[in-house]
Amino acid sequence: MRYTGFRERANRCAVSGNEKTMDVSVWRGSGDEGAYESFQVPAQDNQTVLDVVSYIQQELDPSLTYRYACRVGMCGSCAMMVNGQPRWTCRTHVKKVLNGDRLTVGPLRNLPVIRDLAADMDPFFEKWIRAGGVHKPGRSRDDAIQQVRPEDPGRVEANKAIECINCAVCYAACDTVAGNPDYLGPAALQRAWTLYNDVKVTDRAAVLASVTGPGGCTNCHSQGSCTRFCPNELDPLSSIAGLKRAAARSFFGGKS
Amino acid sequence: MIGPHRRHPLWLAYLLHRLSGLALALFLPAHFWVLSLALTDPDQLDQFLRFADNPLVKVAEFGLVFLLAVHFFGGLRLLALEFLPWSQRQKSLAAGAIAGAFLISGTFLLRAI
Repeated sequence: MRYTGFRERANRCAVSGNEKTMDVSVWRGSGDEGAYESFQVPAQDNQTVLDVVSYIQQELDPSLTYRYACRVGMCGSCAMMVNGQPRWTCRTHVKKVLNGDRLTVGPLRNLPVIRDLAADMDPFFEKWIRAGGVHKPGRSRDDAIQQVRPEDPGRVEANKAIECINCAVCYAACDTVAGNPDYLGPAALQRAWTLYNDVKVTDRAAVLASVTGPGGCTNCHSQGSCTRFCPNELDPLSSIAGLKRAAARSFFGGKS
Repeated sequence: MIGPHRRHPLWLAYLLHRLSGLALALFLPAHFWVLSLALTDPDQLDQFLRFADNPLVKVAEFGLVFLLAVHFFGGLRLLALEFLPWSQRQKSLAAGAIAGAFLISGTFLLRAI
């Protein structure tokens, strides 16, 4: 099927004249300053929130700043607050979130705003690094390739979280992040739990040490917003619970 | 303010647990103070106990038992959530079994009192 561009669709709307429109409030501003600005956007039978934002940028106000890349829910760049909830906008159908004929789109919560809908992801990724979210191999290229059995319990546990796309929806949903800027957040901690269960990681104690200090897994209040809003249906809440169990075991002298 | 990103059962359970905990924390010092009256000022304690016969105080006591129950089960919920690496289905079944058991025994309790 031929791809129909935003402009072409907009023109179709202009021709038909009395198309239904939606009242879309979009956050405009940089840093702490800004306000919602209202736009009238033609309603389509099928459109995503990202389509709406793109329509505004292409047809109504070219200065609107936002971020996206793949448009198919793989890259994790287009997450925004939609009607107060964090969502991946490229795979959120407007029909499912429309409030009457109103839609409110803002930048991700808990992150600094670069401009308009583009949040600064630096603090989010810095915390991945702080949580030890980098693979440190136990073998060199001279060693034989390590066999990993897919049915091993550790591998099964690690597999649960590898589909994370780093969209920061969980980070934006989390009230603990909002209350404690030092808190590593659900995504980084979930990554640490994956590494903790990965047989290729030899120093499990080091993984645990990097997520049990200040801002670590014990800060989590188990509000569960991360799991509730994860667009890939991952379960950071249970991953963090796993880290808490491992931390408790290690505190009482058990092996990590 | 309960914003849209907070409208889900786990967050509400968190809120309830915190608020019941706070209310109990405020109640406990008063509770211990009243108990201490038995040693320091028995007359005042008797006066207070007569005041406690007031139906309004009885209603407040119901609230107290409610807070205790909510906080107790909220704590058990947290322990189960964090320290039982069960599947969601197993947890739901276990919670359902506990709720069913309390419903039945609670019904008998109501008949007894």
